[in-house]
Amino acid sequence: SSRWLVLAIAMVRFYMEKGTHKGLYKSIQKTLKFFQTFALLEIVHCLIGIVPTSVIVAGVQVSSRIFMVWLITHSIKPIQNEESVVLFLVVWTVTEITRYSFYTFSLLDHLPYFIKWARYNFFIILYPVGVVGELLTIYAALPYVKKTGMFSIRLPNKYNVSFDYYYFLLITMASYIPLFPQLYFHMLRQRRKVLHGEVIVEKDD
Amino acid sequence: MEHHHPTPLTLESSGWAPSWPWSGSGEKGPGTLRICRTILQVEILDAKTREKLCFLDKVEPHATIAEIKNLFTKTHPQWYPARQSLRLDPKGKSLKDEDVLQKLPVGTTATFYFRDLGAQISWVTVFLTEYAGPLFIYLLFYFRVPFIYGHKYDFTSSRHTVVHLACICHSFHYVKRLLETLFVHRFSHGTMPLRNIFKNCTYYWGFAAWMAYYINHPLYTPPTYGAQQVKLALAIFVICQLGNFSIHMALRDLRPAGSKTRKIPYPTKNPFTWLFLLVSCPNYTYEVGSWIGFAIMTQCVPVALFSLVGFTQMTIWAKGKHRSYLKEFRDYPPLRMPIIPFLL
Repeated sequence: SSRWLVLAIAMVRFYMEKGTHKGLYKSIQKTLKFFQTFALLEIVHCLIGIVPTSVIVAGVQVSSRIFMVWLITHSIKPIQNEESVVLFLVVWTVTEITRYSFYTFSLLDHLPYFIKWARYNFFIILYPVGVVGELLTIYAALPYVKKTGMFSIRLPNKYNVSFDYYYFLLITMASYIPLFPQLYFHMLRQRRKVLHGEVIVEKDD
Repeated sequence: MEHHHPTPLTLESSGWAPSWPWSGSGEKGPGTLRICRTILQVEILDAKTREKLCFLDKVEPHATIAEIKNLFTKTHPQWYPARQSLRLDPKGKSLKDEDVLQKLPVGTTATFYFRDLGAQISWVTVFLTEYAGPLFIYLLFYFRVPFIYGHKYDFTSSRHTVVHLACICHSFHYVKRLLETLFVHRFSHGTMPLRNIFKNCTYYWGFAAWMAYYINHPLYTPPTYGAQQVKLALAIFVICQLGNFSIHMALRDLRPAGSKTRKIPYPTKNPFTWLFLLVSCPNYTYEVGSWIGFAIMTQCVPVALFSLVGFTQMTIWAKGKHRSYLKEFRDYPPLRMPIIPFLL
């Protein structure tokens, strides 16, 4: 059942990457093709079932990516030219390349130390930079969301519910505060385990 | 907890061999048969660090785990019995309070591994808090207390009958739950971890506020099919509340006061309990039914979402309960499903 989940995540990623580049990187085709190849590779990886990432961590990452791409950059055209968009896309690109190289070489059983080192060290800079890019983008989108009232439902309506996308975005931004450190420290712990062979006593429940 | 020993403890023996009837402190005259019981020693180690935390000697073989826990609390008062988990194996299951020392696979020195379960809080306290919240919070919205809706609506009353009806139903539901907690339910566990109260209260109180906000809103829209819809929904709600209460009473009667015995529940003369023929946990079935009724009555999406989340959680619980019934009773009725007849 976890394989199915991994496959589903891979397929979603595949379509997501396609969407990203169609809407934003019209000029950067090399990257587009590069990414498409890697996305295909991931599907193969998933079929073999070698993705070791925990489902929850992967789930959080994938949903935040889908959210950023489809609910922010795709839907809110005015912000597509923001520098912050380029910022997080670059971070994502580098992260994915590193990650997939890591998986590929692990599969081939010939993992150069540099790749392993990169996977467990790049994130130290990339994660915070990516978060800054994402947050700045959402922040830039706020005025447009408020003005247009997009994705929102107002009262009265026969289902007696309302939804304000503007406040939803504010809450999302606030949720980075508890979520990001958890992911970050999780990666740091993984790093200590893998690179320094530290035995980490997990808190059991 | 001291034991009152009818015979004096005379030996610090660590062997199973009974001592000769005439050895000992000689309080009674020679020729008196004195039964010297084997005495056990107990050591308690930390399950993670294996550090020796406590050593008890002169422990009666018929002592229970509960008594051992009380003795342990004396040396470590911060670990009251409810937060102690004692096991024979560091990674094994917790021993029950009723387990008797000599019936366990231990030698003359029993070794137990201790795990701190964290701060504990009684089930009754948690239930009372998590149910009193929604009762009170809903009323704040019903009476349109200031700062919720615009100031021109402060302390006004809705012109829709269904809104008043909904308040009665919601309040009745939680008053019923509070009374059941105080007078009906018999809990098999005394306590739960403290962090649960924060989690549970956030869930109950949060959803109550969210639902109440829309139902009591000045811009509330009554159900599409009007009085017909409301009457039908009310009937569903009332039937399911009666059903839920009947099941709680039936479950209570299964278990005499103070005992922890478990038996298969069966239908009684009360027609509402006949659902036991088809379902292991009809109390959950009726509870979901009540909320579906309430959702139809108010035609409010947050209520529907609350019902859905509740249904998901109760299904998980029902499946667990069903599984443990099957494990414990060989003759468990095969027709029964966990929560939805024939389906789930």
